Amino acid sequence: MSLPARVTTLVIAFLAVVAGVVYVALHYIGSQPPVVDYTPVASNGQVSVTLMTAPQTTVTDKPDWVTYFIKDPSTGQFVHTTYFEVPADTRINVTILGYDGCTPLRNPLWGHVTGTIGGVENVSIFNGKTYSPATPVSTFDSYANCSVQHTFAIPGLGINVPVASPNTVAENNALCTTSPCVANNASEALAPHSVVTFSFVTPKTGGTFRWQCFIPCGGGYLDGNGGPMGTPGYMMGQMEVQA
Amino acid sequence: MAADAASQGTPPAGSRSGRRDGLWLLVIWIVLSVIGCLLVGLVWGPHLPPGDQSNTAASQQFDITVLGVIATPVIIGVLLYFGWALAFWRQKPGDETDAAPIHGNTRVQVTWITVTSAIVLGLAVFGTYELIAPAGAGAGQGPQPVFNHGVPPAASDTSWSPNSNNILQVQVIGQQWAWTYRYPQFGGFETTQLVLPVGQPVQFNVTSLDVIHSFWAYQLGVKADANPLVNNIAYTTPEHTGQFVVRCAELCGIWHGAMYDYGDVVSVTDFLNWTHSTAIKLAAVTKLLPPYALTYDPTVLANVGKVNQALGLTSAGGGYYNPADPEQP
Repeated sequence: MSLPARVTTLVIAFLAVVAGVVYVALHYIGSQPPVVDYTPVASNGQVSVTLMTAPQTTVTDKPDWVTYFIKDPSTGQFVHTTYFEVPADTRINVTILGYDGCTPLRNPLWGHVTGTIGGVENVSIFNGKTYSPATPVSTFDSYANCSVQHTFAIPGLGINVPVASPNTVAENNALCTTSPCVANNASEALAPHSVVTFSFVTPKTGGTFRWQCFIPCGGGYLDGNGGPMGTPGYMMGQMEVQA
Repeated sequence: MAADAASQGTPPAGSRSGRRDGLWLLVIWIVLSVIGCLLVGLVWGPHLPPGDQSNTAASQQFDITVLGVIATPVIIGVLLYFGWALAFWRQKPGDETDAAPIHGNTRVQVTWITVTSAIVLGLAVFGTYELIAPAGAGAGQGPQPVFNHGVPPAASDTSWSPNSNNILQVQVIGQQWAWTYRYPQFGGFETTQLVLPVGQPVQFNVTSLDVIHSFWAYQLGVKADANPLVNNIAYTTPEHTGQFVVRCAELCGIWHGAMYDYGDVVSVTDFLNWTHSTAIKLAAVTKLLPPYALTYDPTVLANVGKVNQALGLTSAGGGYYNPADPEQP
């Protein structure tokens, strides 16, 4: 092989390796879920944010992973992401539609509601037919009762909210099977679920606050902390607070 | 080469006197070393990490200062010799003659071995004493501490009063990705806040609910691995009020870098007020916690309800993976 041919081959091989590294860096390491922006819809110092938990993620190639969804206020559709943006110094009224079944907490401390206005969350359970009246709850006993499916916790703000779950055997055996559990299929909305509402106030200064579920719910993974527990877009994410 | 020549009293290549160079080097080295040691010991030392917020931190700061003072003459000697050689023992342009042959020098060798041995052995004795004196130097010592000089074992797991022989016990519980702290002598409440009284010895009982973490209370000079099903004990005595940083020092997952918080050293009165108010505030959830123990097995739950049993939920979420599961970590 002539010298120019060898040099050309070497350069092409080098560029191919560089392209591969850049692709891996951008596609796998640098990628992050989309951010749902709630700042345009805030008014009078408050904004409503709607999340959903689902027992599976049929919209991805990880169908057996539990996950959160976030409702896009501009389209009304649930987006598979855990990243959202809210304005600073604003009351955030959160609604979590909890479509997953119950799991005992690894640390019962996380059954205590903290950081919300009033120190409580309001819980209503849909049993497939009717909604129970919304009831304020401050502490859950996830061992004695089938009562908690996940948690929504922002450690940097001292917020911990156990997400209530359908609480009977029949309801837990009739969970929704396609995610998101509303929006695409009307029948899915009939699946048993909880409606958890609470409010908190964002800090006056902006910043990025990570949030996570404190139930190790990555089934099939060591200690339950792998898979969806350690992957952005499933059971952990970030709340961007815009100052 | 030049050094050997100097040490043997023979001039190196060139016209300089080896003995005169050696004398100059010795004088300059002594002067610079005295200045350097004073600067390191008196000026830099009080600002070296991790500070002096606790007896263990102050002990570590003292150790680092001592090591710095000992290292200063060595560093100055090496750099001075290096600079001197570059400046004065350079080969002249056009000079291609060989340097003086190297011969052994028993006096230099004996001096070198004696001095370095004395330094190393002295540091070994000093380090051993410094490990024992502050009750383990702030490091985790496992479930049965070896170095507990001056720290009597806890007389009671259920009560505590200041300035008694009953050491304050604080359980540190690591979990992905947060630290929680349990105070068994105040009703066993568990909280995300770490508050300690000034001037009172503290025994940290460090464990984990999932993977391996490492409890690192930086300004207190305390670091102890948090292992599941293991109690790792570390001691300290906070000596100044103020805030300190708690970090995880063991890579433990995607939010490892965010697994930090802040603790507070407060007056004894403030500490007792805090424990009283916190115990009341957390009374409802304290009743749900498992009985205080040095370790916890999340796969073994007490008082599992009927619905959970019917659903097969007899242990906390997670559990060890099935090797046959295709989605192994």
